[in-house]
Amino acid sequence: MPVREGIYGLLAEFNTPGELVRATEAARAEGYRRMECYTPYPVEEAADALHFHKNRVPLLTLVGGVMGVTTAFLMETWMNVWSYPLNIAGRPLFSWPAFIIPAYEWTILFAGLSAAFGMMALNGLPQLYHPLFNAPNFRNGATTDKFFLCLEATDPKFAILETRSFLEQFAPASVLEVEL
Amino acid sequence: MATKTPMHDPNVDPMIDPRTGEYAVIAPGHNFRSVTQKIAGIVLTADTPMPWIGGLIVAGGIASLFLIAVTWLLLKGVGIWGVTIPGAWGFAIINFVWWIGIGHAGTLISAILLLFKQTWRNSINRFAEAMTIFAVVCAGMFPLIHVGRPWLGYWLFPYPNTMNVWPQFRSPLAWDVFAVSTYATISIVFWYVGMIPDFGTLRDRASLPAAKYFYGILSLGWRGSTRHWIRYETASLLLAGLATPLVLSVHTVISFDFAVAAMAGWHTTIFPPYFVAGAIYSGFAMVLTLAIPIRKFYHLEDLITLRHLDNMAKVMLATGCIVGYGYSMEVFISWYSASHWEYFMMWNRMFGPMGWAYWMLILTNLAIPLTTLWSRKLRVNATYLFLLSFVVNTGMWFERFVIVVTSLYRDYLPGSWGTYRATRWDYMTFVGTWGLFTFLFLLFVRFLPMIPINEIRMMLPQTKVRRHGGDAETAVEETA
Repeated sequence: MPVREGIYGLLAEFNTPGELVRATEAARAEGYRRMECYTPYPVEEAADALHFHKNRVPLLTLVGGVMGVTTAFLMETWMNVWSYPLNIAGRPLFSWPAFIIPAYEWTILFAGLSAAFGMMALNGLPQLYHPLFNAPNFRNGATTDKFFLCLEATDPKFAILETRSFLEQFAPASVLEVEL
Repeated sequence: MATKTPMHDPNVDPMIDPRTGEYAVIAPGHNFRSVTQKIAGIVLTADTPMPWIGGLIVAGGIASLFLIAVTWLLLKGVGIWGVTIPGAWGFAIINFVWWIGIGHAGTLISAILLLFKQTWRNSINRFAEAMTIFAVVCAGMFPLIHVGRPWLGYWLFPYPNTMNVWPQFRSPLAWDVFAVSTYATISIVFWYVGMIPDFGTLRDRASLPAAKYFYGILSLGWRGSTRHWIRYETASLLLAGLATPLVLSVHTVISFDFAVAAMAGWHTTIFPPYFVAGAIYSGFAMVLTLAIPIRKFYHLEDLITLRHLDNMAKVMLATGCIVGYGYSMEVFISWYSASHWEYFMMWNRMFGPMGWAYWMLILTNLAIPLTTLWSRKLRVNATYLFLLSFVVNTGMWFERFVIVVTSLYRDYLPGSWGTYRATRWDYMTFVGTWGLFTFLFLLFVRFLPMIPINEIRMMLPQTKVRRHGGDAETAVEETA
């Protein structure tokens, strides 16, 4: 079935997380892949139902931390050993134990910034506009107390009538077409 | 856990969970919408409470004392302060350490208690983090104005310059720059990341167009997508995991400012753990100072319950005991070291001309809190805890005063002994930072969600996913 122009997807609204998870699991079993749940707080069961298990935030954080420790330690060494050597009470120029402390702080700084900004980048945020905000009931519920499942129109299995009747068998509060 | 309350007593306090005998973390009967409305309503209401405006004016007035004192300082130089030789470190360092210590409880609550899965902390972590940031703002002022020529403060950072000089990384003061600037940055990032979903909620609940734009931009377009939530939760946990060693390292580095120097009373290995425990002790006291009036004023007793006060008092009791251990070890080591200088320092600290400060510290930091906090009745008494929090923070300020001043003013050579007297400008600067802190905090409670809405939702019983249940899911049956 070709992608229907002008439609982002079908949005089903549920009152409880349990209903959402059951519908999502069924949709996955039915063969839908391009879909997403929207909840007012993290629902891990919904992520399981979507088979979304791995994310790359930890990897980015690790890379950031390694960059931080390397940058700080090399910077200190270069500055205090070669660029501007100072004799401080006869201590060795390469006083690595003292250099550990700023290097430790920058490990945390770089790793923390990578975790936060990496999360935003992977999530595609900031993205102030999204088609879902067009759905009249979305903003009243998704950030307060409702649970949404959106089957997206780009899914090869998506067909407006069949998908709608598929969603309606889970007794959602509503099923709405979301305009693109 | 022992059941302290009879199971079916009709007179029982509804806030007490009958199964455990403990106070409930959240009052029963709440649902997703009610907690959302309760917290978002404080921010989104169109009428600003009059006491808030009054408080802001008073706090702003006190903060202007700080501006006056700093203006005069910039015109005249640090000579207007009481610092002199031998007491070269005075109020500026005392207040710096005091403020930054207060900030540490915020990170402890938001990071360490998150890692330990202490979900009760969800009610208090947001404003504890705000307290951290504002305390770091106040703390950061002091080293900056203490450097003598604050307009050259950026020389502390390693930046390429035409003088071809670089910082000297064997110095604890250079470590301080890295520790405190990292701490400020990570605290702000952690705080902001924590608020993104709540900004989404506020954007969707706001009625004023200006508020919609303001919170909409701050929310970055958050829409609660499950994939976003999973990455978000991972990032939050990682930030918590990073902030935990960070908060321990920051006060350790600050204690190195003292411990690395060859001064009697400073040159001890107990300083890092004892500083960190003291920081958490004073920080929890400050959380109580802020939480007790806020829950009363904004009627948040359902969300910040007696359980929270009880738990915070217990943390204070534990850290207070560690601090007490630190004090007794200092005394023991000054005798056991058989060092004449250490022995004299301790004698002078207790019975010298400034001995009153030491006994004040023992009274307010150990004698009052560590005898009374064992009582459960007092731990759930909000008025008592509110007063006690001031007592403890007075004690913690005196701890820093004793450490900084008594070692310096009578050092190795009696011929160079002097004394330390703070001037009116010292007091004005210090009092001014209280105003600055309160001013920032009042702005925070009015414009930002002071309790994390999404984390409170996760504590409600309705979050339980039942795969084969029916409509009964919405019913509140049992508290998790």
